[in-house]
Amino acid sequence: MSGPSTFVPKSALGRWFESRLPIGGLVHSSFIVYPTPRNLNYWWTFGAILSFMLGAQIITGVVLAMHYTPHVDHAFSSVEHIMRDVNWGWFIRYAHSNGASMFFVAVYIHMLRGLYYGSYKAPREVLWILGVIIYLLMMATGFMGYVLPWGQMSFWGATVITNLFSAIPLVGDSITTWLWGGYSVDNPTLNRFFSLHYLLPFMIAGVVILHVWALHVTGQNNPDGVEVKNVERDTLQFTPYATIKDSFAVVCFMIFYAWFIFYTPNILGDADNYIPANPLSTPAHIVPEWYYLPFYAILRAVPSKLGGVILMFGAIAILAFLPWLDTSRVRSAKYRPMYKVFFWAFVLACLGLGFLGSQPPEGGYTIAARLLTLYYFAFFIVIMPLLGLFETPKPMPATIADAVLGKGGSAAAKH
Amino acid sequence: MATATMADEPTRRDMLFIATGAAAAVGAGSLAWPLVSQMNPDASTIAAGAPIEVDLKAIPEGGIVTVKWRGKPIFVRHRTKKEIDEAVSAKLADLPDPQTDAARAKKPEWLIVIGVCTHLGCIPLGTQGTRGEYDGWFCPCHGSVYDTSGRIRKGPAPKNLEVPAYAFSSDTKLTIG
Repeated sequence: MSGPSTFVPKSALGRWFESRLPIGGLVHSSFIVYPTPRNLNYWWTFGAILSFMLGAQIITGVVLAMHYTPHVDHAFSSVEHIMRDVNWGWFIRYAHSNGASMFFVAVYIHMLRGLYYGSYKAPREVLWILGVIIYLLMMATGFMGYVLPWGQMSFWGATVITNLFSAIPLVGDSITTWLWGGYSVDNPTLNRFFSLHYLLPFMIAGVVILHVWALHVTGQNNPDGVEVKNVERDTLQFTPYATIKDSFAVVCFMIFYAWFIFYTPNILGDADNYIPANPLSTPAHIVPEWYYLPFYAILRAVPSKLGGVILMFGAIAILAFLPWLDTSRVRSAKYRPMYKVFFWAFVLACLGLGFLGSQPPEGGYTIAARLLTLYYFAFFIVIMPLLGLFETPKPMPATIADAVLGKGGSAAAKH
Repeated sequence: MATATMADEPTRRDMLFIATGAAAAVGAGSLAWPLVSQMNPDASTIAAGAPIEVDLKAIPEGGIVTVKWRGKPIFVRHRTKKEIDEAVSAKLADLPDPQTDAARAKKPEWLIVIGVCTHLGCIPLGTQGTRGEYDGWFCPCHGSVYDTSGRIRKGPAPKNLEVPAYAFSSDTKLTIG
């Protein structure tokens, strides 16, 4: 959708530079005149919110690394040193630790937005898969970051997660030893996790560039799921319309984020992580950070170790196949009455799995986790392929302009 | 063009092309190897994982002592007559990971196991009152129950507690590793 730039800088110096490195034209075509569908709602601002969170995490993280010591004897006390001695250290650390949670809040909303409005369907499959890769990298980054303070949950979380790899037949134990750099989670493990925790955000930034690039090739999806037919009638310029709307959403999100930092900075963490790591004593309940809980519930719902590990990774991997599992030609759930119901049931199942992941794996909790795991997979493998065959979609507007201006389609009456 | 008639014949250029490609592949592989291998346990970690000695005189009958070896807890359990009987009399058919007690303990009164749950690596509890229904160990993380031979009896753990390499260097000295 972004054609060759017709951008001509106003100043002579600008024109001189532009003819040597056309970066002004790139920005102009990508973020100024780039056409955005005129029916976008606020769920479409989470891309900007996520970009802001990635920047916030990198800046606070680089600063924290100036004061942190990645050694088993010093890691815990260096974090306390940041909290007590370093100027504004408490603020920077709380911004970073809560920032991880905010990042996941935003990414889950962003992903569910895509799921609801069918943003993964042709021609946006590559865009969606790049998003799944970003999400995987985020999970790896968040996990390794949580290990760095070297508290009890850091240590035992690292032990449980790295032991997942020991479930691989034949080579599992060698892989685990290789990951640890020893015979258990120890100093070599902490050191490499720090190194990788610093690296991965920049890899995320790289994939984000590909993600935005792919987005700008196909153009954005929109709440009606109708492709842009007439740029003049169906779209608005990115600047000022999307720029201002995104900025407003980012500021609202910052208020939410600040509330955690300043009023309840530890509510999303685990109190046990303020106890220094002790390799000879396991906490009574090992609970991962909230954003991993649904997957932890799936892991524990399966009575076999290898089976649990396969289903847990499968629960994430299946997202990459979504464009081909969904057989419906209608994108937006707005025009899919049955899909809409199954979608909200899926959201509830994920929330339910999240709750069950925080509970001990016994009795009714395990049975409930098994039922919800079944629904999680059935949603992708059974419901999505079949709905395309059985569902009768509602009438859709012919163009985005019709949807907005109220000609045809059920969305019309709202304005 | 004169060269067109040569198209079917391998030329010196084809030979050079294949040789260059092969050399590049070998070169890339041999450069990748150190980068992968450096993540395995280093010399100091391996040295620190050398065998350790445990004095058995200090462990009374019925007692369990935990020693640290290779960063992991090792349970050295001085079993009572009753505990040995329980371990020996268990039916193999009842065990998820069948193993006789004799295959796990060189001397019946001493059981030496790595104190790491074979499920996801937590440390099972073994103090009086927390040993679980088979009087062995109980893992608080996901509820695996082990018997007095360290064998898995209930719960998600797939295997028995691992027995490390060990030897009795004398009647009162144990070498682990």
